[in-house]
Amino acid sequence: MLTIHYFASVREAVKRSKEKLELPENVANIGDLIEHLLLLHPHFEAIFQDDRKILIAVNQTVVDKTQALDPGDEIAFFPPMTGG
Amino acid sequence: MISVQSEDFSLEQEYQKLRTEAGDAGAIVTFTGIVRKLYDGSGDTSGTAETDTLYLEHYPGMTETSLANIVSAAEKKWALLAVRVIHRVGELKPKEQIVFVGTASGHRQDAFDAAQFIMDFLKSRAPFWKKQSAGKDSHWVDARVSDAEALARWQDS
Repeated sequence: MLTIHYFASVREAVKRSKEKLELPENVANIGDLIEHLLLLHPHFEAIFQDDRKILIAVNQTVVDKTQALDPGDEIAFFPPMTGG
Repeated sequence: MISVQSEDFSLEQEYQKLRTEAGDAGAIVTFTGIVRKLYDGSGDTSGTAETDTLYLEHYPGMTETSLANIVSAAEKKWALLAVRVIHRVGELKPKEQIVFVGTASGHRQDAFDAAQFIMDFLKSRAPFWKKQSAGKDSHWVDARVSDAEALARWQDS
């Protein structure tokens, strides 16, 4: 089971902070997962169409779309960070 | 030591803890970040806006790990005797303290450089996000181009 977290402006755009998903067979990496999420939730399109607006973390480390996925991974989507 | 907390902190207490922990330190540098009333536009928008409330969201777990990695990187680059990082989350008002970085070293240059390095990386490499509210309007603060540029200066060193 994948756990997917959404934070800040991404959380507001997708209207959820978290969801759980069985890793689908045709999803090998983050790029595939995004395609899958867009099919499940068409309203994700608005925020996911612009790569500059989204950072991706797998198991709490920032990665790119080629990152391979394993069942049980913790995934997060969020905007560029603005701490300090 | 790293803390992510909603409570305020005392500069005096944190400074005294650094003095105790750092033993024979010859230099302690402390940086405190404060919430501003006037918020400059980001790289993409011009002008300024007034802030009533600043809301800080973060990614529990990854936040602490990211800050620990930044501190470890600083400890590899400079001879540090003690490091303290505090970042507040939740709702903050103008003039409130938001972030603290304290570094202790034998001589001043290491403490100065390490404090700047930690702040530069904390701004865009730790999962914090700011939402600014004024009256009924609120918006997420955009990442600044100048923050990315601040990181670039550490690439060659």
